[in-house]
Amino acid sequence: MKDGNYAAPDKEGGRVNSRLKRIRESRLFWPLVAWALILLFNTIFIPEFFKIGVLDGHLYGNLVDVLNNGAPLALVAIGMTMVIATGGVDLSVGAVIAISAAMGAVLINPALGNKLISNDILTKDATNTPLGLIVLADLAAGTLCGLWNGLLVSRARIQPMVATLILMVAGRGIAQLITNGQIITIYYSPYFWFGNGYILGLPVSIYIVAVVFVLAWVGVRKTSIGLFVESVGINSKATFYSGISEKNIKLLAYTFCGFCSALAGLILSSYVHSADGNNNGLNYELDAILAVVMGGTLMAGGRFSLLASIIGALVIWTFTLSMYTIGVPANALLAGRAVLVLIVILLYSHQFRQILNRLFERKGTCNDTKS
Amino acid sequence: MTDTPNVLSLTSISKSFPGVVALEDVDFSLRKGEIQALMGENGAGKSTLIKVLTGVEHPDSGSIQLDGKQVQVRSPKHSQELGISTVYQEVNLCTNISVAENIMLGHEPRRFGNIHWKKLNALARQALSRLGIKVDVTQPLGNYSIAIQQMVAIARSLEILSAKVLILDEPTSSLDIHETNLLFDVMRKLKSEGIGIIFITHFLDQVYQIADRITVLRNGKLVGTYDIASLPRVELIAKMLGRTVTDLNAISQVKSSMEQDKSSQYVAEAKGMGLKGSLEPIDLELNASEILGIAGLLGSGRTELANLIFGIDTPDSGTLLIKGQKVEHFSPMESLKRGIALCPEDRKAEGVLGDLTIRENIILALQARYGWFKFMGAKKQYEIAQKYIELLGIRTPSPDQLVKNLSGGNQQKVILARWLVTQPHILILDEPTRGIDVGAKIEIQKLVLDLAKEGMSVMFISSELEEVLRISHRVIVLRDHKKAAEYSSDVGDQTIMHTMAGGL
Repeated sequence: MKDGNYAAPDKEGGRVNSRLKRIRESRLFWPLVAWALILLFNTIFIPEFFKIGVLDGHLYGNLVDVLNNGAPLALVAIGMTMVIATGGVDLSVGAVIAISAAMGAVLINPALGNKLISNDILTKDATNTPLGLIVLADLAAGTLCGLWNGLLVSRARIQPMVATLILMVAGRGIAQLITNGQIITIYYSPYFWFGNGYILGLPVSIYIVAVVFVLAWVGVRKTSIGLFVESVGINSKATFYSGISEKNIKLLAYTFCGFCSALAGLILSSYVHSADGNNNGLNYELDAILAVVMGGTLMAGGRFSLLASIIGALVIWTFTLSMYTIGVPANALLAGRAVLVLIVILLYSHQFRQILNRLFERKGTCNDTKS
Repeated sequence: MTDTPNVLSLTSISKSFPGVVALEDVDFSLRKGEIQALMGENGAGKSTLIKVLTGVEHPDSGSIQLDGKQVQVRSPKHSQELGISTVYQEVNLCTNISVAENIMLGHEPRRFGNIHWKKLNALARQALSRLGIKVDVTQPLGNYSIAIQQMVAIARSLEILSAKVLILDEPTSSLDIHETNLLFDVMRKLKSEGIGIIFITHFLDQVYQIADRITVLRNGKLVGTYDIASLPRVELIAKMLGRTVTDLNAISQVKSSMEQDKSSQYVAEAKGMGLKGSLEPIDLELNASEILGIAGLLGSGRTELANLIFGIDTPDSGTLLIKGQKVEHFSPMESLKRGIALCPEDRKAEGVLGDLTIRENIILALQARYGWFKFMGAKKQYEIAQKYIELLGIRTPSPDQLVKNLSGGNQQKVILARWLVTQPHILILDEPTRGIDVGAKIEIQKLVLDLAKEGMSVMFISSELEEVLRISHRVIVLRDHKKAAEYSSDVGDQTIMHTMAGGL
């Protein structure tokens, strides 16, 4: 504690209620505040937002929709968190979603020469491939994409933004090659289960997110991977000098991100019953980065929280659905989102927080003098 | 000469960064028409002093006078406006536009609102001819050598910014002999015009060739300013390296009481190991329980040697035997398994992970050896961290403190702990005591001796000759990326300094 600069704010803060400070500095604090603010807004202006009903034994309502619609983004955000924590970024997640969706659709329903193979494919439960194989192919395609990104970044030493930009652009083309340029409609009801099914009254996608989150959390926090990822993000050279293969850590992060995106692609294509190379997962890279940043992981890498990123994803979807509910048109929504982003990012800005802290502290010292 | 007025004088400048005092009470003055060399090893405070002068950093205390007037240098731009110009080793110009445009950038002569190209080129030509340089100013700057690019930068400083003080920061490190002489001619010309020049270089020959006075900094403090004639080369090195007389009899006693086991095979043995452009083939042996000192000036190949043995770089010639086994794959991961540890020279860039806690920093290398899936539990991590915090006397309220909040000496101990946890056979210490205070320095030296006593082999690299001699059993002197000589530690420091300086 010798040096002044870093230690000083801590000392200052010690005077304030330290418990309040610890809560304020928790990784989950700011995303939860943002979420609470939106929900508060809804309580006042759209009370019907919270209505939850039961239909055919399933829960339905806006809150359930937030969870269901937000699931793909939450999945991508989990993967993106790992990538950003290593100090990189993956711009290709949206394209990987499209590839994964196209892969699934084409295996169910191969379109050759702009013609469907047979008409019986139009019946509800027809497929050319067993379901297990379809899912496996979906996930394998996305994971391969992630592996490719990881190789470019870790072995070829291409800057992450440039390396993943390649697949971001090329990926949509690949997806269209797979679907032969068509928007393929899926007529195979077991496949719909991932995006529309229910288990114990709740959408299947929620369970998928929960399982991936738990597995990822155990994978990073109960092994040394989490520590190594943070270490690479903080200083990749010093990590290398410590005898850790930073290349393999990066490779793992990008590959995992590809896997998560593929899973998101599976859910999305199942939800909309189709695969569209151009529009599946459009702008997901931006939303996912946003969710991760809202979760408090620095773009420079380092400390990360998977749960905070998931909450970040939920904030984005709660906001989106709330705006739809009060009748904001889709094209104005982006502007609204920009305001949300601005507020959250301001809360994370060091300068802005110092101003806030000073406000808090002034109050604190006032109270001290009174008592 | 002595009554020439000062163009620039700095009075008791101090600047500290978290954990490091970069400059302490430094006085500095530059006369009109003088070439003054600024000397010192890395971390001596040269670059901080330059940053203060150019407004990149603001001093904590002290004052700057330019032409007798008190000034505050607010920013690099402001410093240029005041008449202080800097030319760096890497030229900060645009290589894709013409020489003339580079010189006149932002000050283009205009006619009817358009750039008056003829006049622009004429002015540029004139500026360069003042330096005695004749080139086609309409060619892109990138077509010319680094030397010419530097001249262009100097011409710009003089013509456009009308510099009174010119700082040349390692200008000759990428120049050949002819280009260097060309630069020196220009420097002499400017000197005769009354411009004060601060010249920073690692080449001693060049200092004695061109400088009028030498200012030596060490550990952020001013050692002194000397006329070139009154400071022989060996004395300059002595001043740069510092030979403070500290009573360290205890350390010498421990060392002389130690006996090395020379009967068994070498712990490490290099035969003609080298890497082109980094280190010429070198032979060296390392015994168990031995401290091998590596001496040499900055850039003599000390760090390159450490990096080869630890596997940061892979040698392209010769062999390295570790305990008689030939090393095939060079990487830190392999070295970790072989029991080789390296505390790197650049603590900040290659050593500490500032945003991780002390505990995480300490267990990192051991965890790396365990791999991804054999994760130490929190309890074991705290046990190890606590043990080494006590063992090395790391001063911290808790193992959960972030390492960036520690002082330099304590950070160094954390990195040392990171490697000691792995119980290495060979410990390479590259400048382990740089930039840390005397107390912590002696603690680290004692620790190194204790480790060697227990059987560890240590390679101790330091620019502080006194320190190397005090704790090493043998000393290898490197010069110009080559092994210059090998001595036993009872050799006088004069001999070693002569070897370091190249027999002068």
